[in-house]
Amino acid sequence: MTRPIIEARGVHKHFGALHVLKGVDLVVAERELVFVIGPSGSGKSTLLRCLNRLEEPSAGSIVVDGIDLLDRRTDINAARRRIGMVFQGFNLYPHMTALGNVTLALRKVLGLPRAEAEARGRAALERVHLADRADHYPGQLSGGQQQRVAIARAIALEPRVMLFDEPTSALDPELVGGVLAVMRELREDGMTMVVVSHEMGFARAAADRVLFMADGMVVEEGTPGEIFGAPRHERTRTFISQIERT
Amino acid sequence: MREARSAREGPAVTAWERFADSFFNARVAAEYLPKIVDGFWLTVTLALGIVATGLAAGLALALVRSLGLRPLNWLIVFVVDLFRALPPLVVIALLFFGLPAAGMQLSGFASTWLALSLVLMAFAEEIFWAGITSVPKGQWEAARSTGLTFLQTLRFVVLPQAVRLTIPPLTNRTIAITKGTALASVVAVQEILGAAHAGVSFSFNPTPLTLGALAYLVLFLPVVVFGRWVETRFAWRR
Repeated sequence: MTRPIIEARGVHKHFGALHVLKGVDLVVAERELVFVIGPSGSGKSTLLRCLNRLEEPSAGSIVVDGIDLLDRRTDINAARRRIGMVFQGFNLYPHMTALGNVTLALRKVLGLPRAEAEARGRAALERVHLADRADHYPGQLSGGQQQRVAIARAIALEPRVMLFDEPTSALDPELVGGVLAVMRELREDGMTMVVVSHEMGFARAAADRVLFMADGMVVEEGTPGEIFGAPRHERTRTFISQIERT
Repeated sequence: MREARSAREGPAVTAWERFADSFFNARVAAEYLPKIVDGFWLTVTLALGIVATGLAAGLALALVRSLGLRPLNWLIVFVVDLFRALPPLVVIALLFFGLPAAGMQLSGFASTWLALSLVLMAFAEEIFWAGITSVPKGQWEAARSTGLTFLQTLRFVVLPQAVRLTIPPLTNRTIAITKGTALASVVAVQEILGAAHAGVSFSFNPTPLTLGALAYLVLFLPVVVFGRWVETRFAWRR
């Protein structure tokens, strides 16, 4: 294993009286694709959102690409450039074109001049096969296309790691394939990825490691073959049989 | 029968003539038109001043409120509720008749401008704030996840969407409050209503009021139409 890009240790998260994460460890090596599965309410999305501090962990340590995210002196905005995130609901800016969505951070965060930002933005849209949709507004794009623009928005910043929070859950079934294809290409290009998703076929084909979470803890982890083929824990077995039935 | 009928028709004709003479008297209209025109420009100046100050102050308050500093937000909510609750005329009167007692003298024009600006500020703050909070949380998260700062997110992602949402209610409220410039006539400002009122007093004829009403239409109808245009112009497909 090469050096870890993400090293989260003993992460706890409380929402008031609710204890959502109960000491989770997650170490992700460079170029690794880690899948996180688990029933709703298991804390998998919260864990992902702690990795770029959209959620503030209550305790623990999180180091991403050598940056201590929980250190008060850390410039979180500078750190977030290196951590791309893709959301279940796409969250594209509806008042901007696809290109505008992709170039906003290039211009305002990296400070690139417009021409350079647009060249890089178009290259990112090219990578998600939407170069011809650069001037379309999100409302003029299908859900699958919107999610690919959202991926382009994240990868345009050339992050060291990409976080996917149920990227295909809000999509009609026939649009899922296009998004997964783009994710697979990212993986082949060597992107380090943490994916919260129930796309088992994709997990089997592309994941290096699968984590099963329940009740705010990692119940077990292993290769896709181990987790899907021979789960050790009863909870994992139950969960996998349930989602494979759907 | 004949007498009876003419007696019935006779006064009807006279009443119409009297009505026309009262409200559409050409001689009186010609005499007082210049005063009304002067009043028109005064109203325009006053209204533009109120819109500029009130909307800018309202937006500023909403932005400060979005920072989420508790004590400051309580203060903002208090000030906003105060000026939403007070009748605009009371605010004008307080500034015009009350401030001199504290050793400060504001003209009728300045009192009206300040009072209506404060009232518009209060309503505009609420509308801008509603707009800011109605932008989905995911927009903030997406922007922040790419490294944009809080203020950059507000400026480039949230405000453009919030402003679009607020344009219809904001236009309506702005029109309603700028029409309150007519209240300035109470503190002796010769804006449209003040000029019209003076005209009525001098001519013993209400025609200047008709001119005043027309002047308000000339002023505000385009504003209403402009508001409609802005609404469609700022709409975007979701």
